[in-house]
Amino acid sequence: MAKLKLPKGSPSIDMTPMVDLAFLLVTFFMLAADFRTDEVVKIEIPSSIGKDDIPQKTLVMVTVDTKGRVFFTCSGEEVRKKVLMQMAAKYKVPFSEENITTFSRMEGGFGCSMSELPKYLSLEAEERKNLPNATIPVDTTKNNELADWINFANREMLDYGKAKFEEENAKQGKGGIPLKPEDFKPKFVLKADMEAEYVKVKTVIEVFRNLKLNNLNFVTSQEAQQL
Amino acid sequence: MAEIAESGGGDDKGKKHGKKGSARIDMTPMVDLGFLLLTFFVLTSTFAKPKVMSLTYPAKTEEQGPEPPKVKNGITFLISDDKVFYYKGQFYPVGNAEGKPATELIETNFGPEGIRKILKENNTYVLNKITELNGQLSKKQISDSIYKKKVIEAKGDKEALKVLVKTDMKAKTRNFIDVIDELYIAQIGVIAPVDITKSEQALLDEKLKQ
Repeated sequence: MAKLKLPKGSPSIDMTPMVDLAFLLVTFFMLAADFRTDEVVKIEIPSSIGKDDIPQKTLVMVTVDTKGRVFFTCSGEEVRKKVLMQMAAKYKVPFSEENITTFSRMEGGFGCSMSELPKYLSLEAEERKNLPNATIPVDTTKNNELADWINFANREMLDYGKAKFEEENAKQGKGGIPLKPEDFKPKFVLKADMEAEYVKVKTVIEVFRNLKLNNLNFVTSQEAQQL
Repeated sequence: MAEIAESGGGDDKGKKHGKKGSARIDMTPMVDLGFLLLTFFVLTSTFAKPKVMSLTYPAKTEEQGPEPPKVKNGITFLISDDKVFYYKGQFYPVGNAEGKPATELIETNFGPEGIRKILKENNTYVLNKITELNGQLSKKQISDSIYKKKVIEAKGDKEALKVLVKTDMKAKTRNFIDVIDELYIAQIGVIAPVDITKSEQALLDEKLKQ
């Protein structure tokens, strides 16, 4: 009887299409998606028909979570560093070199009072997330640290925005579409959890309004417009 | 690892000549690398880009200003925990000096049959104007910039609906955003998130008890 002839050696499959596919997907993900920033708290954002993108360049953001805890962040490593220096000078809190570096790299925001900030910054990123009472003091009378954060961030962001505007204008040369200076002004964004009590959000809004910053942007997820 | 498997080698005479067939490279490590990178990018990336909804608050005045301006065509929404009430026009407490009947709150809901319907019915002036302008725009009778200017003008018109939004202590952020969202859908130009007054609060509490 004729024996079935088995191929000698290991059977090899042509992997080329698989490689093609894998790298195609890699390229797609690299180009199409943004990196997720490390957020301090998980926020369920409400939905609206708002269709403007979050201003990434000159963003000053306050986050309010379900429990009403308040967090703060702004864009730009340099800006964050300068803001921290000013806050440190105002509240006379010493920061080590490491603390400042950690702070300037914290893109996702932080929630802590000034007096405890050095200790907060020396914690590991994961530990910071597990602090149940971490919040920035927002008091309408005294001890309104959030107002100071916003105020300093606003000033720094103005300078930063101006520099950035000139830089990008120079880079673009004469040919391109003229850039709008408005795009480089500080933008105030409020990210509040769906279930957060509105009263808490309102105190934050009042802080903004007391600083004469009346144009606020609420972070929302987009929903289709029903007609 | 990366061996080159020769196919069709094995010449018994040991004569040197070109390899027959194609030299195959083991692609497995490359696939591994590809999928490793793929996994990394899938896990670290976000697609759902959050959007923002901008809202301009009225500027705060230093002194305790005079009574808020009396608007003819206005609606006030009172928001509590997942509930929304409204009344039209001005607020009249029980036994007011003008002798008008006391304001009653009407309950509605956040859905399309609730707030949206009310706003649509009361903001017909602006909505009709916008439909008209849309028609003109699509026929290229007016330019884009004029269109935008006219829309803003219509929204700020005397006839346009003005809306006050008031929240009590129990309201959730979601409720507030929902209402503001509906106002944007209904093309309301004048939106004022203001503090709730004591008499309104009392009326709301009473209504909530029922």
